[in-house]
Amino acid sequence: MDFLLLGFKKAFLLILHLDRDLLGIIFLSLKVSGLALVIATISGLPLGAVLGLKRLPAKGVFITLMNTFMGLPPVVVGLFLYLMLSRSGPLGFMGLLYTPWAMVLAQTVLALPIVASLSHSAIINVDPIIGQASQTLGASPVQVTRAVLNEARYGILSGVIAAFGRVMAEVGAILIVGGNIAGYTRVMTTTIALETDKGNFELALALGIILLGISLLINVFLHVMQRKGMLYRSIWA
Amino acid sequence: MHFKKLLATAVILAAFVASTTSAADRIRCASTTSTQNSGLFDHLLPLFEKKTGIHVNVIAVGTGAAIEIGKRGDADLILVHAKEQELRAVNEGYFIDRRDVMYNDFVLIGPPDDPAKIQGIKSAPAAFKKIAESNSAFVSRGDWSGTHTKELSLWKKAALNPQGRKWYLEAGQGMAKTQRIANEKRAYTITDRGTWLATREGDRLDMKIVVQGDPALFNQYGIMAVNPGQHKHVNYEGAKRFINWMVSPDGQKAIASYKDKRGNQLFTPNARPHELMP
Repeated sequence: MDFLLLGFKKAFLLILHLDRDLLGIIFLSLKVSGLALVIATISGLPLGAVLGLKRLPAKGVFITLMNTFMGLPPVVVGLFLYLMLSRSGPLGFMGLLYTPWAMVLAQTVLALPIVASLSHSAIINVDPIIGQASQTLGASPVQVTRAVLNEARYGILSGVIAAFGRVMAEVGAILIVGGNIAGYTRVMTTTIALETDKGNFELALALGIILLGISLLINVFLHVMQRKGMLYRSIWA
Repeated sequence: MHFKKLLATAVILAAFVASTTSAADRIRCASTTSTQNSGLFDHLLPLFEKKTGIHVNVIAVGTGAAIEIGKRGDADLILVHAKEQELRAVNEGYFIDRRDVMYNDFVLIGPPDDPAKIQGIKSAPAAFKKIAESNSAFVSRGDWSGTHTKELSLWKKAALNPQGRKWYLEAGQGMAKTQRIANEKRAYTITDRGTWLATREGDRLDMKIVVQGDPALFNQYGIMAVNPGQHKHVNYEGAKRFINWMVSPDGQKAIASYKDKRGNQLFTPNARPHELMP
């Protein structure tokens, strides 16, 4: 188990002498995954809410599809988007392939079903009395929705956290649509894959430790928000 | 659902921003993992960028994928090593201005006890035949890379088809990973000398070179531009400048001067200077 010790030592040294390349890679990781998460949340949460609160035809089909998409293999998403964004593909004119935007798009596709599906199940698990009571007290439909979402906020945030974990750890899709171009589309996970290929195992492991550390920090932050209900207030107040 | 409208607007805006930034001073080169993982690009590109101000984005994949990416117009030029495939793609009109740039060679590596007893055999196909006869394990890249193409041509020369044989393992992975699998499986494999030299110590490979020096193991790298007649959007001028620089005395000298950590020269330049383009 010496390698683990070496990995931690190297990770510590890397953090100590944080160079610009590594900093750029870390920031790009956070930017791409963060942006994807924001887009996935502002589109996935309403989707989950609609499916949870409205009566719709064939709702069960949508929900099953959404649950299936939670298990989308990143490589398949990457390949599909590659063919869509390729210059020979239908969206090629946009020139998005091998840019950070393509990576944001790929991670949004991966994160959206998780946010939508988990917020949907959080919403349907809210006690129906909440909705009925607020209705009886004269709340408008928007106010009823707010009251239900408020009750479901822990579950919804859990969905966002799960989606964040998925996109931060993901490598298959962004490798294909981003191209792992040095200084441009290279992020933490693709760097780790590359360094493993090159045989720089200790460096790769150290980068993995740093990535995990960053995820830990962000999750601690989200956990605190979840407990204080700050997310609720900042969104709905 | 004004959220969705907002989202759609944002995505379209982002697309515009992204497409307008791909200016003339940037080219995309699809190349192979061997050139990237050996560190050659890290050595060459700063020199080229300093001279021309053109920034080269490298997308490192297998040779098969690199050719495909070029054919689809998703790169401006490619640098790969599978001459027959390259010439075919040039003849089909996908690429132009193909030049030989440099070479290294393939070597056959295997476990130190050499179960097939092929150490020192001069002919690679003859060595392949002995591996098959002794049912010794062999790990193939199995990924349509340049190395895989070369390996298949050697089996063909040996008049053998190893596909489906118990001792023949198709890894479907890059060169360094394939070497590691061969090391764990106590198997033979074919690798390019550059990757072998670069990873042997770091990966603690308990293997040795058993066959080398057969002209059939020659590994030529070629560079070519995506045909702007096929894909109007490509940065052909930038690609041409990079090709010209690679085959120029400056570029060739830069290739020759690249050495790994232990001082081994990994690639030998062999472009012909009169092949410079106007």
